[in-house]
Amino acid sequence: MLIYVVKRLVLMLPVVLCVALVCFLLVHIAPGDPLIAVLPPDASAELAEQMKHVYGFDRPLPVQFGLWAWHALQGNLGTSIATGRPVAEEVSRAVGNTVMLAAVAATIGFALGLLFGFLAAYFRDSWIDRVVTTVAIAGVSMPHYWLGMVLVIIFSVVLGWLPAVGAGPGGSTSWAWDWAHMRFLVLPAVTLSVIPMGIVTRTVRALVGDLLTQEFVLALRAKGLAETRVFRHVAKNAAPTATAVMGLQLGYLLGGSILVETVFSWPGTGLLLNSAIFQRDLPLLQGTILVLALFFVVLNLAVDVLQAVIDPRIRRS
Amino acid sequence: MTVAANDIVAVARADKARGYWSLVGRRLARDRVSTACALVIALIALGAVLAPWLGLADPYQGSMIRRLRPIGTAGYPLGTDELGRDMLTRLIYGGRLSLMIGLTPVALAFVIGTTLGVIAGYLGGLVNQAIMRTVDVFYAFPSVLLAIAISGALGAGIVNSLLSLTIVFIPPIVRVAESVTTSVRTLDFVDAARASGAGPLTIMRVHVLGNVLGPIFVYATSLISVCMILASGLSFLGLGTKPPEPEWGLMLNTLRTAIYLNPWVAALPGAMIFVVSIGFNLLSDGLRSAMDVRS
Repeated sequence: MLIYVVKRLVLMLPVVLCVALVCFLLVHIAPGDPLIAVLPPDASAELAEQMKHVYGFDRPLPVQFGLWAWHALQGNLGTSIATGRPVAEEVSRAVGNTVMLAAVAATIGFALGLLFGFLAAYFRDSWIDRVVTTVAIAGVSMPHYWLGMVLVIIFSVVLGWLPAVGAGPGGSTSWAWDWAHMRFLVLPAVTLSVIPMGIVTRTVRALVGDLLTQEFVLALRAKGLAETRVFRHVAKNAAPTATAVMGLQLGYLLGGSILVETVFSWPGTGLLLNSAIFQRDLPLLQGTILVLALFFVVLNLAVDVLQAVIDPRIRRS
Repeated sequence: MTVAANDIVAVARADKARGYWSLVGRRLARDRVSTACALVIALIALGAVLAPWLGLADPYQGSMIRRLRPIGTAGYPLGTDELGRDMLTRLIYGGRLSLMIGLTPVALAFVIGTTLGVIAGYLGGLVNQAIMRTVDVFYAFPSVLLAIAISGALGAGIVNSLLSLTIVFIPPIVRVAESVTTSVRTLDFVDAARASGAGPLTIMRVHVLGNVLGPIFVYATSLISVCMILASGLSFLGLGTKPPEPEWGLMLNTLRTAIYLNPWVAALPGAMIFVVSIGFNLLSDGLRSAMDVRS
């Protein structure tokens, strides 16, 4: 097991390096001068050169990448061009909110997805199956930013039960697990949970439906095993694939919450990315994407390891 | 020979003459859900293409005194938007850009991804390693994040958002194409073609492509719905289409401020994205089961 983990870790290094390279190059595929946001339009050429030197944009590309990666390793992601604050500080403040939102959304989505998936597989071709399949396909086809708007219309505008935007009463930025704060989490979390719900439902339905037709299930039932014990066997066989799909979905929630965060003005990495893009704050864009991509890489590793824990066959291959 | 046996032979001949794809087509036409979805999508697409000749109002001409009329107002069956433009007109016109930006990236990625995947799968070795490891790098990013990152770095605009979405959809198609090609490559008929002196290009074009295109195509159709959502999502963020162009994602964005005044009109463009996206998803599911001849 330890050997497997070490092997996966070593294989992860080139991936991390490539991710860093892609993030670094993002700034350089951008058209125009990255300093355009800070320089006044009537700045002299001399001043522009000076600024370029301060931000290090005058050195050759490989040197810039080396320096950037070296600083990133030490937790220094550069300085935001728009605010002048360190990028690492801005990102670490936002990333907690995004992780919290994604974790709650994932819990809702996975719980419902697993429940619906098992129900549909056990009651295949019944009305339950048809209802669940319809809900699941609606979930995966949902433009979630629109669902967010519709939920705001229903629960904030028409009914007035829940707040429409923000992450705390009176624009407070410190989070607490009380109802005054959690009210703000309900709508974005539900909105974000719809797509993973649909995908997990579809996966589990296909997976369990397939397992139930296999001979070992017939054999278990034939020898008189209680249905709850048969279920345990089926669940164990479905676990590795279901884990992989759920892990991937959690990663997508972390990286894909930008649209929902924009709808609800949720102060996470999505909102940060949004402002980085529109203020053309390229170091901030670069740093936020690097952090999110690294989260995703580590999550993928965790899923691989978890899969190997559940299924010993994966470890040996 | 009896009459019945003759009939069977005739049916078998007819099947063979029509071939696999017409069989798939007939199975798809028999599926009620798929037919309904195809009809809805065709209707929206037809409306979008023929919009200028349908006698609709001007999609750009608004009026400040007729802003945000509710659904069902006389003369404005679906109300008016925040600049007093007719919603029905803009929703129909919006299909032009929304369908275009939803379909183009998948079509481009299908062509590029299939080419790369078949080459990687058939040639194997170093070429395979070079292509597949590059693809792996893109898998280290969640797709939405990658699309937004590239679009954000390149700047707002339709061309940039099409480009970023194409880049996002190439890697998954390459993976599917490579794995199907690898399994076809070892089959006897490919060996036979090689033994008869066919070069790698001919084998890939004639013998491999015909056998792998089906599964890759089905997979690509399942990406259309995601692409519709993402493409309109980029416009919703302000990274795609620019105003005053009618496009569902952008309309949703500009109407966002109107949800307190006229909520249901503001929600309409998103409903269009949802309908088209669910239609493509169901159609893709139908196509998948229609192509699975074993069932």
